[in-house]
Amino acid sequence: MFSLAHITQIIHDWLYSSFDPTLALIIECAIVILVAIGIFAVLGLVLVLMERKVAAHIQIRLGPNRVGPGGMFQTVADTLKLIMKEGLTPDLADKFLFNLAPFLVMIVAMLLLAPIAFAKGVQIWDINIGVLYISAVSSLSVIGILMAGWASNNKYSLLGAMRSGAQIVSYELSAGFSILTIVVLTGSLRLSDIIASQENGWWIFKGHIPVIIAFILFIIAATAETNRAPFDLAEAESELTAGFHTEYSGMRFALFFLAEYINIFIVCAIGATLFLGGWMPLHIGGWEGFNHLMDYIPSSFWFIGKTFFLIFLIMWFRWTFPRLRVDQLLNLEWKYLLPISLINLLLVTVIAIMGWYF
Amino acid sequence: MYTQTEIIKDTTQLNSNGNEGELVINVGPQHPATHGVLHLVITLNGETIKKIEPHLGYIHRSIEKMCESLTYRQFIYVTSRMDYLSAHINNLACALCVEKGMQIEVPERAQVIRILMSELTRIASHELWVGAMAMDLGAFTPFFYTFREREVINDIMEQTCGARLTMNYMVPGGTMYDLHPDFQNRVKAFIIQFTSKVTELEDLIANNIIFQNRTKGVGVLSAEDAISYGCTGPVARGSGVSCDIRKIQPYSGYEKVSFEEVLEPAGDSYARYLIRIREMYQSISIIEQLIDNIPEGDFQAKTKAVLKLPKGEFYTRVETARGELGVYIVSEGGTTPYRIKFRSPGFSNLSALNHMVKGSKIGDLMATMGTLDLVIPDIDR
Amino acid sequence: MFLKDYITDVYKAVRSLLTGMKKTGYYFVHPSEIITQQYPENRHDLNLPERFRGEVVMSHDENNEHACTGCTACELACPNGTIKIITKFDITPEGKKKKAIDTFIYHLELCTMCNLCVQACPTDAIKMSQKFEHSVYDRSRLTKKLNQPGSKIREGVE
Repeated sequence: MFSLAHITQIIHDWLYSSFDPTLALIIECAIVILVAIGIFAVLGLVLVLMERKVAAHIQIRLGPNRVGPGGMFQTVADTLKLIMKEGLTPDLADKFLFNLAPFLVMIVAMLLLAPIAFAKGVQIWDINIGVLYISAVSSLSVIGILMAGWASNNKYSLLGAMRSGAQIVSYELSAGFSILTIVVLTGSLRLSDIIASQENGWWIFKGHIPVIIAFILFIIAATAETNRAPFDLAEAESELTAGFHTEYSGMRFALFFLAEYINIFIVCAIGATLFLGGWMPLHIGGWEGFNHLMDYIPSSFWFIGKTFFLIFLIMWFRWTFPRLRVDQLLNLEWKYLLPISLINLLLVTVIAIMGWYF
Repeated sequence: MYTQTEIIKDTTQLNSNGNEGELVINVGPQHPATHGVLHLVITLNGETIKKIEPHLGYIHRSIEKMCESLTYRQFIYVTSRMDYLSAHINNLACALCVEKGMQIEVPERAQVIRILMSELTRIASHELWVGAMAMDLGAFTPFFYTFREREVINDIMEQTCGARLTMNYMVPGGTMYDLHPDFQNRVKAFIIQFTSKVTELEDLIANNIIFQNRTKGVGVLSAEDAISYGCTGPVARGSGVSCDIRKIQPYSGYEKVSFEEVLEPAGDSYARYLIRIREMYQSISIIEQLIDNIPEGDFQAKTKAVLKLPKGEFYTRVETARGELGVYIVSEGGTTPYRIKFRSPGFSNLSALNHMVKGSKIGDLMATMGTLDLVIPDIDR
Repeated sequence: MFLKDYITDVYKAVRSLLTGMKKTGYYFVHPSEIITQQYPENRHDLNLPERFRGEVVMSHDENNEHACTGCTACELACPNGTIKIITKFDITPEGKKKKAIDTFIYHLELCTMCNLCVQACPTDAIKMSQKFEHSVYDRSRLTKKLNQPGSKIREGVE
C-alpha cells in the first residue's frame, strides 16, 4: 500500500547516515519549517478561492473566473497585489505592537500545524499531550487580535478586539469540553492514539448520540473561535467596518487574512481527527473485505477529504446565517452550549465506564 | 489651525470631561451600514449607545433650488434622483401636483398604468430593502436572491419606460409612452416567479432564530412617538399608525382597487420587516386586479406645449415605498415654479433613530437603521 | 416544565437554522440557477429593448438626409443644456432664404437620458439609440456633432 510514512522514513534514515546527528537534526528542522510554510501558503490560497467559489455558488453567482482556468489563480493575483501594496501605519498607533500583532497571529496558526497528522506517519510532532497543546495554543491567537485592536489606536479596532476577546475566551470552554468527550473515550491525549482507536469505526459512529452532540458543539465552538460568521463580531463588517484589522493594509492585512483561513483549516483538521478518524479510512468493525477495499484509498486523501468537508460546512454556515449580537453570543455560550456540553461530558463518561460504545 | 495630534488630544479631553468611559464614534460618512453618505456621531458607553446625532448634507444637491429654474415639464426628471429606489412614485407626485394646478384630466388608461408602475416600483424597492437589511445583519446571501427578482422588474421597466432606475416615465397629463405590447405577459410571469420565490425569504430570514433574536423587541417605536416624530410609511405602520396615503387620500385611481393597509402593532424591527413583506403581497394583489383590466384609450391627455401653472400654492402627497412624499409648489403664474418644497419620508423617519436605539447595543443600531429603509439622497435632496 | 421549554427552544432554533441551510444548499448544488451574465463576452447577444435610452442620435437616410429643421424645440426642452443648435440660412432654388441647421451639438457628458428632447421634436429627427458603452479617455470626445457632414434636410419636412 502506498504510504507517505515510508518516504519520511527514507529521508530520515538517509540524513542520519550521511551527516552527523546534530547537523541531521538541523536539516530536518529546516525541511519541516519549509514544508510548514509551504502548507501555510498553499492552504491560504486554496481556502480563499474555495470560500469565494462556495459563496458564489450559494449566491447564484459564478465567482472568480477570469484569472487562469476557472479563476484558479485569482488568489495568487490578489496576494501579489497585497504584497505590492503599501503597508500603512496610523500616525498615533503603537508602532511596535501594531507591526508585531499580525506575525503573532500567524505564528500561533503555524504552531498549531505541528501536532496534526496529515496522513499515516506524516506528523510534524507527535506530542503525548497533543490535545492539550492544541487547546492551549489556539487560545493564544486572541492575544494577537487584542494587540492589533489596541495598537491601531482606532475605536472600531478596539471594540472588535474586545468582542473577540470575550468571544474566544468563552467559546474555548465548550470547545474544550467537546474535545474532552473523545479524550474520555480513548483515554489518551496523544493524537496518534486517538486516530488508532478509530481503527474499527470513527467515534461519531461508535459513540452514539452524545458524541454526535459533542461534534455539533465542537463545530459551533470552532466557528466562534475562528471568528467566522455567524460569530464574526470581531470583524462585523456592517457594524465595525472591519473590526480589529480596520487599520491594517498590504501584507500585514494579508497575514491576518491568511491566519484566519489557516485557523479554519486547523480546527477542521482537529474536528476530523477527533470525530471522523483523521487519516483513518472508513472502517466498519467486522467487515474485513470492505475495510481492505477502503484501505486502497490513500490515507492523506481521507484526511483532506474529511477536513474539507468540515471547512465546507463552516463556509455554508457563513453564507446562510445572519450575525448574532454580542450579548446573544455570550448568552448562547453560557446558557446553552456550556450546560449541554457539561451534561454531555457526564453522559460520555458513563458510557466510557460502562463500555457501552462499540 | 490644529495639527492632527492636537485634534485627537482634544477629542479625548472632550470624552473624559465629566463623562467617564464615554467613546465617540463616527459612523460614516463612509460606512458599510449607512448605505450612502450618512454621518452618525455615536456616543458609546462600552457597547451601549448613549446618543446618536445624525449629520446630514453630504449629498445635498439642492434639487429644490434647481427645480426653480426648470419648467414644469423639465423638473420631473430631477426628482428621480431624490429617492432613486422609488423614482417612479416621485415622478408621479410631481406630475400629480402639476396636473392639480393645471386642472388636467388624466385619461383612465394612464391612471391605471401609473398605479401598475407605482406598485412594481414598490415591490422592487422592498425587495432591495430586504436584501440590504439582511446584509446589515450579516447575512449576505438573501441580497442576491432578492436582487434576482428585482432585476425582473427592472427589465420590465426598461422595456416600457426605456430606463431601469431613473425612468422619467411620468409627464404632466399621463405617461410618456404607451405600455409595451409585451408588458402584461411579462408582469404575469413576474407574479408567478415572485410568489414562488418570496417564501425563500421566510426560510432564510423571517423564520431564522438568529434574525428573530436580532430584530424582535429591538428599536421599539411606540405609536405616539411615531406620530410625534412625523414617521410615515412602513415605519409608522409597524407601530400601528394608519397612515397609508393610498387609503386616506386616494390619488390616481387608488380608490378603485381593493387592497388592505398592512398594520403591525409591535413597533419593533421585526414588525417593520413583516410590514414590508406583507406590503409586497398587497402590491401583487393590486397588480393582479389591474393587469387584465387596463382600459383602452389615450395614455396621455392633450396638453399645451408650454405649461403655465396659475398663481397660487399647490400640494399633493403620495405614498412612496418609504412613506409620505409631499410636493409643494408655489407658482407666480410663470413657466417655472417660484418655489418647490419636497416633504421627504426619510428625513422624518431618520429623526426617530436616536429615540429608538438609545440604550441598546451597536448591533441593534444596524438592525434598527436597516428597518428605517433610509435612502440618503432622499433625506438630503 | 422548564426543561421541556428549554429543549423545545433548542429544537426549534436548530430546525430554523437547518431550513435556511437547506435553501442555500439547494442553490449550491443547482448550478443551473446561476444568473451571472458574463458581460464583455455576451456583447453580441445583448438584447436591449428598443425603447432603451442610450444616447441621442439623429437618423439619416441613404441620401444623407435628415429631418431636422433647426426649430430648437429640443434645445428648449432639455433641462441640462445638453443640446446646442447652430443654424444657418440656405438659399432655396427659388432664391429664398431658408433656415437650416449648420451644426447640431450634443453634449453626452451632460445628458441624463430623460427623453424630453425626443418627445419635443416635431419632425422626429432625433431619437434614442441603444448604444450604452460611452467610456472614452478624453472628455472632449463626448461632445458630439449629430448631423453628418454634407447632410441636408429631407424634402418635404417642414
